[in-house]
Amino acid sequence: MKLRIKYEKTGVLRFIGHLDIMRLFQKAIRRAKLDVAYSKGFSPHQIISFAAPMPLGMTSEGEYFDGEFNSVTSAEDMMNRLNAVLPEGVKVHDIVLLDDKAKPSMAIVSASDYYIYKNEECENDTLDILNQSIDLMMSKPAVEIIKKTKSKEELSDIKPLIYDIKPYKEGIYMLLASGSKDNLKPELVIEALCKEAGVFYNRYDYMIHRIETYMGERDKLESLSCEGERF
Amino acid sequence: MGKLALKERILMNIEKPARYIGNEVNIVKKDLDDIDIRFAICFPDVYEIGMSYLGIQILYDFFNRRNGTYCERVYSPWPDLDAIMRKEDIPLFSLETQSPISDFDWLGITIQYEMCYTNILQVLELSKIPIWAKDRKKGDTLVIGGGPCTVNPEPLSDFFDMFYIGEGEASYNELLDLYKIYKESDMTKEDFLRKAANIPGIYVPSLYNVIYKEDGTVSEINPIYDDIPKTIKWQAVMDFNDVPYPMKPVVPYIRATQDRVTLEIMRGCIRGCRFCQAGMIYRPTRQKNVDMLKKYARIMLDNTGYEEISLSSLSSSDYEKLDELLSFLIELRDNDHVNVSLPSLRIDAFSLDVMSKVQDIKKSSLTFAAEAGTQRLRDVINKGITEENLLNGSRDAFLGGWNKVKLYFMMGLPTETDDDLLGIAELAEKISEVYYETLPKEKRNGRVMINASSSYFVPKPFTPFQWAPMIRPEEFTRRAYFVKDAFARQLNKKSLKFSYHDADITVLEGVFARGDRRLGKLIYDVYKKGAIYDAWTEFFDIERYKEAFSENNIDIDFYITRKRADDEIFPWEHIDVGVSKKFLLKEWHNAKAGVVTPNCRMKCSGCGAAVYKGGVCFEAKNQV
Repeated sequence: MKLRIKYEKTGVLRFIGHLDIMRLFQKAIRRAKLDVAYSKGFSPHQIISFAAPMPLGMTSEGEYFDGEFNSVTSAEDMMNRLNAVLPEGVKVHDIVLLDDKAKPSMAIVSASDYYIYKNEECENDTLDILNQSIDLMMSKPAVEIIKKTKSKEELSDIKPLIYDIKPYKEGIYMLLASGSKDNLKPELVIEALCKEAGVFYNRYDYMIHRIETYMGERDKLESLSCEGERF
Repeated sequence: MGKLALKERILMNIEKPARYIGNEVNIVKKDLDDIDIRFAICFPDVYEIGMSYLGIQILYDFFNRRNGTYCERVYSPWPDLDAIMRKEDIPLFSLETQSPISDFDWLGITIQYEMCYTNILQVLELSKIPIWAKDRKKGDTLVIGGGPCTVNPEPLSDFFDMFYIGEGEASYNELLDLYKIYKESDMTKEDFLRKAANIPGIYVPSLYNVIYKEDGTVSEINPIYDDIPKTIKWQAVMDFNDVPYPMKPVVPYIRATQDRVTLEIMRGCIRGCRFCQAGMIYRPTRQKNVDMLKKYARIMLDNTGYEEISLSSLSSSDYEKLDELLSFLIELRDNDHVNVSLPSLRIDAFSLDVMSKVQDIKKSSLTFAAEAGTQRLRDVINKGITEENLLNGSRDAFLGGWNKVKLYFMMGLPTETDDDLLGIAELAEKISEVYYETLPKEKRNGRVMINASSSYFVPKPFTPFQWAPMIRPEEFTRRAYFVKDAFARQLNKKSLKFSYHDADITVLEGVFARGDRRLGKLIYDVYKKGAIYDAWTEFFDIERYKEAFSENNIDIDFYITRKRADDEIFPWEHIDVGVSKKFLLKEWHNAKAGVVTPNCRMKCSGCGAAVYKGGVCFEAKNQV
């Protein structure tokens, strides 16, 4: 049985890298005594796969992984069992049962939205100025940034990958393309905005929080858990 | 979740920030308002190494079982963070509460190898604790050392208020109870140290005076007060089945070097290899009850979620209920998807059968610790393994499908000649020939690979070889090249590989292992020249040491190549580990005569460890 599990990663666990989060869940699943399926062979491993790798330093309440299970109880019971053994900062919010033929979450991710806010350790507050520059930046025919690859640097227009950007709470909201086809890192948008506003860009002045991970076309995005059913 | 000691911009600009954030699964959380003793426990190396060490987990669990005591962990910051902490004046902090180490009552440092000595000074300095013990006043963090290097802690004696000699579980409670009285009363630090020195196993170096002879050797080591014991006795845990074991070990987020459940099955070793310090100081051999181990294994796997388990001991093949334990592990593997990583077992039909069940034969290699290339030299070191054992074991392994063999050797062993060195290459060649003889072409699984690797021998205190002269670095290098050349001349040279260690580091290990108090200033000077992480070849720089030796007028040869007389008084003469000097000397003479000594189960050799009144010394008698 295939399950899709939605979780948050917050607080100091933002300094734990993607691979280590995978290992964290493998251990938590064992501690929770869930009946996860294992691969065959000399080093059997749990059959689980993560939707979108999350960069170090970012927090999120919309992360997903898929797992193959031999048997399941109820979503609520499994969630409670996991949450009882997970460390502070990681919490499961939802579990849905997928169709056996469902594609892995990794393959269907198409967008993510983010909340950018001020790092409390940072003294100057630039977010007001950045918010005031959003309209100006988005009214331009192209938003160009320098993309560095291994061999060369080239100009790239990120505007088509910005689905939405607006002031939100104490900071900025942005909905960006993400996944294996098109992917835009939120820090690149902040950097572009800083350039637009004439503000010196310092990555650690900002906290980036992922709100949700989506699948589907740009005009009808749905959260990844919409693909399955509660049980 | 509290605040972190390091800011975002720092954590995001260093390697593996997870080393410094704590909050791991199974950490102990206590309310500081209820705590009267704060104990920081330190492994002075990088997090992934320190977290792999069972001893810290044992003590962490042990201390935290005490009401009113809160033990937290601290490791050496990696050089990237070290530089930032110095530049920005950030004090070293504990992982659990992220608070400055100088706020703690105690800093306990485990001393596992000589090349971590500069890291100890790094930890003290970054913690803003006075580096020299004499400069620490009442109210300053007390610094205590433990671990195998403390059987000769003399080179470090200026930096530590005291050392705990022995196995930590034995008498720490008495020390902490005394400390509480000291802290809450107007007892002076001097009084406290004097009382502490009367607790079994506690060595307060400042209360002992060392007098040297004109030739530089030790003449006398005396306590400076009459009420201080003349010798400090190693503490051994004798209720080995009842002593608490960490059932909820802390699970790191990042991959540690040993990233699995570790089950300690036995302490001590019956073998008596003459180069092996652990084999002497952890006597007598004590075993854990097999039913209890099975129970522990399940509980620890449940508590951690680890998917792998390994056994810990000095010689697992000598665990008497090994068959039963391994059958249990195989069951775990088959039913619960737990990978089993086996320690190096003696290779025989039984162990090969077990290994074939838990490892991918095609990928794994078998390990033989041959230690020396000829039978003559293996007899000198009392390594109870013959060429026949090695060849038969290899034959069985090749028949079982293995085609990779690892061989471990040491160069520079006492009495070693070029013939013995040649023997290393020849033994590797013989094993490769066994492969081609045993298996007809169609049954071979590709080419056989024999990986021989060699370290250099370092004489250690409390071994029969504590009297042995060490060879000079140039000679180490010559011998390594000699063996390399010999490998190149073997028939199956394409199937053989030989690698060896760095000679410079070995020489320094040799100096510190049998060093004395006069080396303290040298360690300080080397550290001040920028040395940290000397156990890591990428950071180690011999030039700093060479300069410091010459500035301090210290003759390396005095410590390494000098011949020691049978009746020499050693810098560690006032430490008593149970095994007697008389026995060690007899063994040193047996070594030079090539006479082997049977293991503890075959025949008691009267080493002295029977004073602990337990373990293997009494097994046979109990059975009768």
